[in-house]
Amino acid sequence: MNGSIVQVVLFYLLAALALTGACLVAFSRSIVHSAFALLGTFVGVAGLYALLAADLVAIVQVMVYVGGVLILILFAVMLTARVDEGKESNPTVGKIPGLLAMLAMAGLLVVTAVKAFGPRTVISEANPPSTVSPIGNLLLSKYVLPFEAISVLLLAVLLGAVTIASGRMRKGAGGKQEGEAPR
Amino acid sequence: MNIMHYLADLLVRSLFKADPATWPYTWIAYAVVIGVGALLAFAFVAIFAGPVTWIERRIAGRIQSRIGPNRNGPQGCLQWLADGIKCWLKEDLVPATADKPLYLAAPYLVFTGMFGAFVVLPFGAHVIAADLNVGLLYILAVTSLVVVGLLMAGWGSNSKWALFGGVRSAAQLVSYEVPSAFSLMAVVLMAGTLSTQGIVGAQGGWPWQWFVFRNPFLFAAFIMYFISAIAEGNRTPFDLPEAESEIIAGYNIEYSGMRFLFFLFAEWANMWIMAAVATLAFLGGWQIPGISPERIAEAKGWTFVGWQALSFAIFVFKGTCLVFTIIQIRWTLPRLRVDQLMITCWKYLVPLSMGSATGVLLLMALVREGGIVDWVMRGAMLLVGLLVAGAYIRKVRATFMADRDNYKKMEGRDLWYPPYRLP
Repeated sequence: MNGSIVQVVLFYLLAALALTGACLVAFSRSIVHSAFALLGTFVGVAGLYALLAADLVAIVQVMVYVGGVLILILFAVMLTARVDEGKESNPTVGKIPGLLAMLAMAGLLVVTAVKAFGPRTVISEANPPSTVSPIGNLLLSKYVLPFEAISVLLLAVLLGAVTIASGRMRKGAGGKQEGEAPR
Repeated sequence: MNIMHYLADLLVRSLFKADPATWPYTWIAYAVVIGVGALLAFAFVAIFAGPVTWIERRIAGRIQSRIGPNRNGPQGCLQWLADGIKCWLKEDLVPATADKPLYLAAPYLVFTGMFGAFVVLPFGAHVIAADLNVGLLYILAVTSLVVVGLLMAGWGSNSKWALFGGVRSAAQLVSYEVPSAFSLMAVVLMAGTLSTQGIVGAQGGWPWQWFVFRNPFLFAAFIMYFISAIAEGNRTPFDLPEAESEIIAGYNIEYSGMRFLFFLFAEWANMWIMAAVATLAFLGGWQIPGISPERIAEAKGWTFVGWQALSFAIFVFKGTCLVFTIIQIRWTLPRLRVDQLMITCWKYLVPLSMGSATGVLLLMALVREGGIVDWVMRGAMLLVGLLVAGAYIRKVRATFMADRDNYKKMEGRDLWYPPYRLP
């Protein structure tokens, strides 16, 4: 297929976007900049999903992570006291422990990835025209129990958040409202 | 058949005399066609957003009993060009204390979020950039970039008014996304697809085939979507992020020149996107009454082009009607308070929109499509819709007549009021 070179170029562009975002998150001194840089990572990963013809996953990635998680993180960061002082709001553990943590995490990820897929596995040459209805059908037939269990979990989280927030409001310790209800 | 594919193949065939399936450089032709398509969509936004700013200011002027811009060109209709050139020539100021990278990046993000939605808007029977399988979800997802952009502008400006505006706007957008998504879910349930062309195709050209008049729950969903869309567009009565009396101008207060213009541009483009989504989801989209989509697809040559142009005109006409309604609502209603805004969303719109989605499911299970109950419901809802539209037009006309008579009594002449001229 002639489009393969375009796909390769797109892949590297999107990967560069995701990695640049991740590096900015890790190395930025301002925690607000870190939070905003997450946007690049989320969008880059969504683009990679789209490149793999996983259209629904890509859209849901943008919707949940950019539209929900990132906004909540931004609200939390912006409400942080003394956010401009990097030492207070963005403390570091030093170079050696950081390097060790990074190596451990990278090793774990590489081992998992190689175990799951092997070095070069082509999952499927023929992409389905749409992944929406297969995913929907699977969620409501084969995986209906995990799906429902997750919704119960979310309900519990919601109730917990309300309990914590209302308890604090009754005591008057934090009179202001806590951003948005979890979605 | 995707129009972009068709055009690219046509280009390769006619210009290079090659078969698009085997020619090695077909992807270049595709890239060119995509680029031209993006430019055309951009031109549509510019040509739409520009004059609408002028029309909005003229309508505002009439509603507030003043004249509005009427100097540049006949009736002031070139005002938007003058404004654009003025902003282009202005200095691009960056406040000394601003967080520079965030401040500079924010307008691009807002604009990308708005403009991204144009990819899946079905302007006509085959006039669409890309008919994605997840079209409607894509619009909801890509507009969330706007929220990040607004927060970025608010934070990057390093001004408390800008920060308040940005945070208010983000809170409002995130909240009102919920009822608007639930209202659109009712439509997705009816159509059985997320693709925008699929949703339009599930409706018909005549009003009783539109989703809005199918049953009472969808009618309610349309009204709730419209309210949420106004809120998501930061327009009065939900324009707290730019409340002049409280926070001066909100997130865009520190911006000047073209960067400021990009925020306004995005606001008016967003108005069109909201109207277009309402049109495609509830009002039958581009469907031509009495002409089936198959007939359009089968037509050849100029007939085909003619049908495309007609469907485009129908879509733009319906969208423009909604845009005018949004403008009139803006200059008629007062602003809500922040707590009222949140109460409207979480206590009323969210439960009601969930209820309407459930009701649609219930009716889909109980009522056979094309049966007698279905037609009774359609007829009743059509009647209700006509009554609402009639009452709206009658009210606007009555106000207009009263104003005209008062003016005549005071001044003794019809000055800028003959109805054939713009108000």
